[in-house]
Amino acid sequence: MLKISNVETFYGKIQALRGVDLDVNQGEIVSLIGSNGAGKSTLLMTISGVNKAKRGNIVFNGENIENREPHKIVDLGICQVPEGRRIFSRLTVEENLRLGAHANEKGKFFETDIKEVYDLFPVLSDRKTQRGGTLSGGEQQMLAIGRALMSKPKVLLLDEPSLGIAPKLVNQIFISIKNINKEKNVTIFLVEQNAKKALELADRAYVLVNGKVTIKGSGQELLKNKDIQAAYLEGGAKN
Amino acid sequence: MEKKDIIQSVKDSLFTGVIALALFGPIVGLRTASKGEGLFITPQWGIVFILVGLCILGRFLINLNSARKTEFTFFSKFTSKLSSVTEEKAKHLAITAILFAVVFPFLPFTDRYFMDVAIMILTYIMLGWGLNIVVGLAGLLDLGYVAFYAVGAYSYALIATTFGWSFWICLPLAGVFAAFFGILLGFPVLRLRGDYLAIVTLGFGEIIRIVLINWYEVTNGPDGITGIPRPSFFGLPFKRSPDEGEASFHTFFNLEYSTMHRIIFLYYLILILALITNYFTLKIRKLPVGRAWEALREDEIACKSLGVNPTNTKLTAFAIGAMFGGFAGSFFATRQAFISPESFTFIESAIIVAIVVLGGMGSQTGVVLASIFLIGITEMFRDLEQYRMIAFGGAMVLIMVFKPKGILANRKPTILMHGDKK
Repeated sequence: MLKISNVETFYGKIQALRGVDLDVNQGEIVSLIGSNGAGKSTLLMTISGVNKAKRGNIVFNGENIENREPHKIVDLGICQVPEGRRIFSRLTVEENLRLGAHANEKGKFFETDIKEVYDLFPVLSDRKTQRGGTLSGGEQQMLAIGRALMSKPKVLLLDEPSLGIAPKLVNQIFISIKNINKEKNVTIFLVEQNAKKALELADRAYVLVNGKVTIKGSGQELLKNKDIQAAYLEGGAKN
Repeated sequence: MEKKDIIQSVKDSLFTGVIALALFGPIVGLRTASKGEGLFITPQWGIVFILVGLCILGRFLINLNSARKTEFTFFSKFTSKLSSVTEEKAKHLAITAILFAVVFPFLPFTDRYFMDVAIMILTYIMLGWGLNIVVGLAGLLDLGYVAFYAVGAYSYALIATTFGWSFWICLPLAGVFAAFFGILLGFPVLRLRGDYLAIVTLGFGEIIRIVLINWYEVTNGPDGITGIPRPSFFGLPFKRSPDEGEASFHTFFNLEYSTMHRIIFLYYLILILALITNYFTLKIRKLPVGRAWEALREDEIACKSLGVNPTNTKLTAFAIGAMFGGFAGSFFATRQAFISPESFTFIESAIIVAIVVLGGMGSQTGVVLASIFLIGITEMFRDLEQYRMIAFGGAMVLIMVFKPKGILANRKPTILMHGDKK
């Protein structure tokens, strides 16, 4: 469905991605783990078209998208939940969700779509008229995911959904991600530092080191991998 | 309050006095007077003494107040009351204000001077509302808004004097021209934000003014354009003695001729134009494009990742904001009947930005209050001649001290839920 081959992205002269190869199939949950500065967010921004790839191809459902404008890529069905949530803090919850529907025929099916989001995250329904900025971190993450879902994506790119969120809410959010994948049939590409959670959830996973994919395999395989346990999983030696 | 604090604030006040002395000493104290051949310096130490004393006293009082942790309650109480009132009864308040504006020309105390000030305030309200689209909603700090005002005024003046078309044809044309210039400015600044955007827009404002001064063949340079046709009341001119076979406003309605007719007409004209601007803004805020403006102000990257096209969004904001600036410019041209580049200097841009920022970015009511406050105060002190700008500065400082986010800083949601109070 989404095939990334040999992608290289630069910030000025600094190379962030050094030829990334990766693919995501229809209906999967694919996780990408890696340490700070490995290029995880850069990869997502490159897929979304916010950063442009200097070399390599990104093919989505048979179409090359590496040179498209970000809003055209969203129209095709790839939507990103950016790192740090990036809620429109002075706008209300409902207005935030409405903006998510921007690409989706200007919100034609808004009423049913928004109901689905509220069913998924009932807490948002209670906070409809509240400003985005007044929500807690976890609620903001739910809002960011809900906002992205309003564009009816085929692939949802999630950038560190657990960042800065209470552990209890992290579990809840990961359960929601699973539900979105299973019930709404949305393919998920998840970028995480919380490697354990990300690998447990994933059908398949990749490890990104210094802008290159070094290890790939099923989520379970990677969980058992000694190198990964040592580098990314807490208490790796015990398992 | 402890003794230590008092000593501290006395020290602080005396230090303020030293600074005040250093400033006022040369500026106020040494006055040059010409006597016969040459200039002589007449010292005015008395005034300096009074000014420095006022500074010391003022500083000391402020220190006393902040030590007691009490604020100047009257002002903040008043404005917070104002905010809550406007939140609750926004509709009533708006209707009352509009009704007052409608009957204003016929109130007993209203004279020519009041009408002129009112027209001026309304012009600034309209400009403020126009700029509010760019600065308040889309969050693009535009310091060259006067450029569009100028483009509107010159388009109107040139079209009207060259082709002799009526006001109602020239007005939309001037708006279109201004919108075109808005897009022209928009393209090169698409990638810029914040301070850099402000610098470029500032430059744009100056470019337009300098072109107007130097393009003598078209704009008549610094001499300006004279004889711009006055607007007519649906084809009826406001003339004392109409041409043969032509009716003028007062003969048609069998009224005594008065120059006030024209002034009142101009007043209603700008009132309607301003209300159209406001109505348009309120409506567009609830449409996807308006919401996209506000989202862009909040977070551009989030916008991109959600499929908002930032290019179109910014350009529409610039174009629509510029269009209203152009309308206001047309009005200015037809009201003055004479325009020159003098009227479109940076200070105009600065005043309009001040109105938007001090009103509370994005607040429509705030623009009205700030216009009345800033322009009204400046007018009230007109007798002080050149010192009246001090009043303007003072008014700005007052708002910034007591209401740092603007007079009305609350953003009103565009979507109200069922069960919410309307």
